[in-house]
Amino acid sequence: MEERELICICCPLGCPLTVRMENGGTTVTGNSCGRGAEYGKKEVLSPTRVVTSTVSIKGGDFVMVPVKTREDIPKDKIFDCMEEIRKALVSAPVSIGDVIIADCAGTGVSVIATRNVRKTEDI
Amino acid sequence: MSLLFFSMIPENRETITDLEENNMKEMNYDTAIIGGGVIGCAIARELSRYDLKICVSEREEDVCSGTSKSNSAIVHAGYDAVPGSLKARFNTEGNRMMRELSKALDFSFIRNGSMVICFSEKDIPALNALYEKGVKNGVPDLSILTGDEVRTMEPNVTETAVAALYAPTGGIVCPFGLTIALAENACDNGVEFLFEMEVKDIRKTEHGYDLISEDKVIHTSYVINAAGVYADEFHNMVSEKKLRITPRKGDYCLLDKEAGTLVSHTIFQLPGKMGKGILVTPTVHGNLLTGPTASDVEDKEATGTTAKELSDIMVKSAWGVKNIPFRHTITSFSGLRAHEDGEDFVVGEVPDAAGFFDAAGMESPGLTSAPAVGVYLAELIAQKANAKKKEHFQETRKGIVNPQKLSFEQRAEMINKDPSYGTIICRCEGVSEGEIVDAITRTLGAVSLDGIKRRVRAGMGRCQAGFCTPKTMELLARETGKKIEDICKNRTGSNLLTGKR
Amino acid sequence: MTEHDIVIIGGGPAGLAAADAARKAGIEDIMILEREAYLGGILNQCIHNGFGLHTFKEELTGPEYAVRYIKMIEEENIPYLLNTMVLDIGRDKVLTIINRGEGLTTIKAGAVILAMGCRERPRGALNIPGFRPAGIYSAGTAQRLMNMEGYEVGKEAVILGSGDIGLIMARRMTLEGARVKAVAELMPYSGGLKRNIVQCLDDYGISLKLSHTVVDIEGKERVTGVTLAAVDEKRKPIPGTEEHYTCDTLLLSVGLIPENELSKGAGVQLDEITSGPVVNDRLETSISGIFACGNVLHVHDLVDYVSEEASLAGTSAVSYVKPRKEKTPSSQIKIKAAGGVRYTVPQYLDAENMEDQVKVRFRVSDVYRDRYISVYFDSERVSHKKRKVLAPGEMEQVVLKKESLAKYPDLKQIVVCTEVE
Repeated sequence: MEERELICICCPLGCPLTVRMENGGTTVTGNSCGRGAEYGKKEVLSPTRVVTSTVSIKGGDFVMVPVKTREDIPKDKIFDCMEEIRKALVSAPVSIGDVIIADCAGTGVSVIATRNVRKTEDI
Repeated sequence: MSLLFFSMIPENRETITDLEENNMKEMNYDTAIIGGGVIGCAIARELSRYDLKICVSEREEDVCSGTSKSNSAIVHAGYDAVPGSLKARFNTEGNRMMRELSKALDFSFIRNGSMVICFSEKDIPALNALYEKGVKNGVPDLSILTGDEVRTMEPNVTETAVAALYAPTGGIVCPFGLTIALAENACDNGVEFLFEMEVKDIRKTEHGYDLISEDKVIHTSYVINAAGVYADEFHNMVSEKKLRITPRKGDYCLLDKEAGTLVSHTIFQLPGKMGKGILVTPTVHGNLLTGPTASDVEDKEATGTTAKELSDIMVKSAWGVKNIPFRHTITSFSGLRAHEDGEDFVVGEVPDAAGFFDAAGMESPGLTSAPAVGVYLAELIAQKANAKKKEHFQETRKGIVNPQKLSFEQRAEMINKDPSYGTIICRCEGVSEGEIVDAITRTLGAVSLDGIKRRVRAGMGRCQAGFCTPKTMELLARETGKKIEDICKNRTGSNLLTGKR
Repeated sequence: MTEHDIVIIGGGPAGLAAADAARKAGIEDIMILEREAYLGGILNQCIHNGFGLHTFKEELTGPEYAVRYIKMIEEENIPYLLNTMVLDIGRDKVLTIINRGEGLTTIKAGAVILAMGCRERPRGALNIPGFRPAGIYSAGTAQRLMNMEGYEVGKEAVILGSGDIGLIMARRMTLEGARVKAVAELMPYSGGLKRNIVQCLDDYGISLKLSHTVVDIEGKERVTGVTLAAVDEKRKPIPGTEEHYTCDTLLLSVGLIPENELSKGAGVQLDEITSGPVVNDRLETSISGIFACGNVLHVHDLVDYVSEEASLAGTSAVSYVKPRKEKTPSSQIKIKAAGGVRYTVPQYLDAENMEDQVKVRFRVSDVYRDRYISVYFDSERVSHKKRKVLAPGEMEQVVLKKESLAKYPDLKQIVVCTEVE
């Protein structure tokens, strides 16, 4: 049996989790909610994170548009994903939820805008 | 006068070959001043009354970048210096000149008066001696106050104060304001400022001196050495009578304006068995300043504060003034006094180097003395060069308008005419876009964030440029056409950013 | 001079939520004054996620959270002025404001809601010795430069302070290709949320050096290195523990200060611990008709609580402008922080005129394990709840109910404290 102590990152509570792995199954204790149980399992089997960053945008009322991966992606893909994000360039206008990069770094997860950026005539 | 030297051809062939090979830019002046601190700028301004071709060579990107920016900002009354010394003479004269100069050149100066606090009956004789010294130096209106009198005038002075020397002529000044005003006025009167020019060598020539930097050579008849802590090095290049300047470091703590009314006078401590003591003073901008420590250092660039000295300030300042709210400290800084072994200013023509003038060892009261030293040296050189006064000397200079000092209607009108005065960039000090643009675009305009800060106080307030840095950088880039990555805090290499996405 | 029933100073999360609540409570004439070029305040640069779980039951990024409120404001047609600074709150709630368009003008407010937020503590407040080169940033300034303007602030960084902004910036700089060499924290515990230590430091192998501080900054032009040292119980550096780090950037995340210069100018009484106004259960300051909410009142760690608090300020301002019922005169009951509780907000409560329930928020002074949070009505303990862990970095709350208070008509003081048993 293997046991791991984790801090849940699902919400600000930061519950201390204990994940037991036995006979191919996992049990999570210490969680205050269902999301915590799910996080505990995932974290020991294949940890994932949501990545947030910014993408350069042309012709808008902001020069950067904040973005995030629509869902969590495998932890070991974070830097591959960042590489694509850092290279990306989009044009205004952009609305919240617009896909900025489809299937980022082969994760199958798209990167979407998290702010509206309006088009300006002269930027 | 100038014409003569325009046509001057250096006769030293070797030098010419050197210059050609190195592709050096050659420049000709009648007088070259090394150092754009308050002393150099004061001399430049006074010398610009005369029909001379003058330059100021400054190694930094702006004037007021060395000791002139990091000091107590005090206009000393003049009781401190040894009677008969140059310090005594120029201090008293400089103090007397300051009010009128502040009006002519539009910088902040307040005669708030100073007190030297005595903590022990045993030290009263020393206090009286200071009084006598002041009288000898010609300091007007000095008096000795009892401890109770002191506390009536300054309720936050400690109970341990038994007496004080009171000098109503003591004052406070904006050291940036003073230096920049002198420089701008000099520039308006034709003085050229050569920034980021570090003089590496000085060679005697037939008609004067060559000042040599990495890429320039200045041919000049007269040299004025106002190089602060480096003045000994330049002096020693031309004279056998060596000077030795030791940088005497002083750390300071600057407190929020919230603490600015703790005292209204400048409060010194009478040097006693506990050491020299620490001063506590309001600044002309309404902050509270306390310091300086004193430690001799070897490195002339050692402007870092140390934990020991910062804690010394907190301990010792409390001897004289109670309830100093150090949690309201917004910044601490350090300055280097140019202390010469001879203990006095070294001002005048170097005996074994004709045409080379020193303004060296200009430690405290250097700031106070600057205007008087400027007049003295300018007259000396003008006489020697047989230079005539200009017909159209511009006596006055107008500073950047501070909208906060205008009436509501005037300020509203100002924004009406130019809306950029309505956009506040530095919220702590209330500085608008228009003022920052003024600081960049006027005579000898700012080229760095520190330059802007010293001209209009953007970034000088309680958040210490946390909020306004991004915007000020952008304004500086916009107005100077520089790339944002090239914007510097001060000298070359102090870039704020390391790249752009 | 123009006039408005309610003027809200600040268009960040607090100001927006206050405006929305005030409109919903029936006041038409509201004006929001925002000094930036956009609404949403600091949320605009907080591009990371973790916002809104409480308010919207989903995890949002800062800009997404802000947009939810901006949309409400726009749908409700609540007017606002951007790029507008309030210079002064004068007598009779006459505000002096400045901007490009209107220039210098005044606004008379029926009620004022202070929602100006906070600023970061600068280096000077910590007396960090050393040189003053370029490359020393407060974490929020660096965050703005990176996230809003797309600039790179440095390539190798040391971060002092493990508050949430410091932790978030450690990850952010790492993602952008910089090397974060260490995060130092003066205290023996982090001031940030545990989840942020996991996902911002642990995920990237960044070490958190508790009980450490910066004892020297090197570099004449740009930072070239910093020296960290361990500190003792009195937070003084221990000689011999110095470690040098080569870096070009030092980020400071060493605390936030509510920005109350305007409040002070108006004569509002401030709390020495929170640095924010002293308020009653309606979030009304010592000047009647001036309310406060969000980080200008006390520094929050969750925006969700800011929104909730600001809604109360909004509705309270409405009842001030349009009193629905005659206010029963009553004495203010002092809420006192004691025994490990640093402060409470509100500091006073009006039992006669209070809502059905009042949330009292507070922070503890130190990290405590297995302690009780207790509430006393005068000398009687009325609540006693055990908590596994309490930390200064996480805001706590107790709820006071009107019905329970009704049983204590002569109540003078309410005490919120921690207790070992």
